[in-house]
Amino acid sequence: MTAVEVANLSVHYGPLRAVDDVSFGAAFGEVTAVLGPNGAGKTSTIETCEGFRRPTSGAVRVLGLDPWAQRTTLHREVGVMLQDGGVYPSARVGETVAQYCRLYNRSVSPTELVDRVGLGSRVTSTWRRLSGGEKQRLSLALALAAKPRVAFLDEPTSGVDVNGRDDVRGIIRDLASDGCAVILATHELDEAERVADRVVLFNRGKIVADSTLANLRSARTTVRFRSSTTLDTAALARHIGLDVSANDDEFMVSFTATDSSMASDLVSRISVWLGSNALPLHDLNVGGERLEDIFRMLTKGQGS
Amino acid sequence: MSALRSQIDAELSLVRRNGEQLLVTLGIPLLLLGFFGSVDILPTNTDDPIDFLVPGILALAVMSTSMVSLGIATGFERSYLVLKRLAATPLGTGRLIAAKTIAVACVEAVQMVLLVALGLALGWSPESANWLLALAAVVVGTFAFAGIGLALAGNLRGEVNLAASNGLYLILLLLGGLLFPLERLPAFLEAVGRATPTHALADILADSLMSAGHHTGTSWLVLGAWAIAMPAVAARTFRWN
Repeated sequence: MTAVEVANLSVHYGPLRAVDDVSFGAAFGEVTAVLGPNGAGKTSTIETCEGFRRPTSGAVRVLGLDPWAQRTTLHREVGVMLQDGGVYPSARVGETVAQYCRLYNRSVSPTELVDRVGLGSRVTSTWRRLSGGEKQRLSLALALAAKPRVAFLDEPTSGVDVNGRDDVRGIIRDLASDGCAVILATHELDEAERVADRVVLFNRGKIVADSTLANLRSARTTVRFRSSTTLDTAALARHIGLDVSANDDEFMVSFTATDSSMASDLVSRISVWLGSNALPLHDLNVGGERLEDIFRMLTKGQGS
Repeated sequence: MSALRSQIDAELSLVRRNGEQLLVTLGIPLLLLGFFGSVDILPTNTDDPIDFLVPGILALAVMSTSMVSLGIATGFERSYLVLKRLAATPLGTGRLIAAKTIAVACVEAVQMVLLVALGLALGWSPESANWLLALAAVVVGTFAFAGIGLALAGNLRGEVNLAASNGLYLILLLLGGLLFPLERLPAFLEAVGRATPTHALADILADSLMSAGHHTGTSWLVLGAWAIAMPAVAARTFRWN
């Protein structure tokens, strides 16, 4: 059984097709990152999987259950972390975690859970007194109180400091290695790149990429280098027959890798061209595409 | 059972911690009864104002807890996405409503004990009181006011709901005939007042606790209609987030 199965799902709000006939799955023991620009349809999809929304058409199964019709049963084994809010401002950390541990009744120790998310010293603090990062940690703790088989985590590292991010990543990896299917919604592509096994990329209500991170990155090769800002990208593009993108003094050429010798040939042609135009060549780098570049390419024309 | 008990604890803990809610539910009714029960300045048409005031203030207390306090707290819970987060737990809507109902009942029990005690201390002497009938009226009244509070909370933003609930509280306090007899109002306002759940509850409580000799059939009809209509409106229109 797949942990999450989405088949031909559409979610419409009046004339707006927020989600338009999408299908994907998430497996136990894997971290699936759901990415996309704002308004791409990822929140509507995840909220449908969580049982907050009824699909306009199509089918969703989480742990084999219909999230809308079998919500209460499903929520015994599903952990949900909202992007923000979810706790009364005057509620204290310790009692909120204890409340959720009792609600799920899965023999999770509130004390251990608070320590695990690094809030051991903030047990008596109220939600309103917590920093943004601490609020995210508390929200994560509430999802963990379910001892989940499926966890939907929305922006778990948003506002969390660098050390805290390492802790949160560790928790996410632990969840997956315990067999939990983690569905991670995030705008932080660096975060997704670090923890995700699989990426589902949304754009304008459709899925434009659904693959393992390794496959996605190896599908295209990128040559990066630094040179003078006076470099004529159009002239270089004409010379090598590929688009050249520029960001200040950093230049990038991306192509579908069909032949392993293609990269070395391209590097050679670029360096010769730069030499003949008396332009410097620094920090040359050849490798798989970064998730950020893939995201930009596949979601061009929609702000993130 | 564990989930329900946990949620009841959480509800009661929030009530204890929210000072402004305690002011509305306990402070204002006690203050009004204490002040107007000691100073005879209201046109109550009775020998002792306390006999008129106690049933009315008991009705006010029910309105404070089940409409204002419950409605405001629920409205803010909706704004803060607390309800949305709880909806993703095994608690379920039924147990959430049960927990809120039990929390309201606990607060009302404390209110009743304190108000009756203060009334007795100020010389109130209930005559052949029918406490069971009074309790039944309080239960029906609670449904009516909770329905109003949740209908507002389920549709308005937290801050707007706060203002609307407090405004309505004041209007129902004045038009409900709790501090002075409705006959003192102009005919139009008197008619409006008689259609309010506040007056209906106060009228039934006055009759059941003081053998006031009222014909309370109309009041039961009015209160019952509010108790059926408003929870139905709330259930139909409530938005969880």
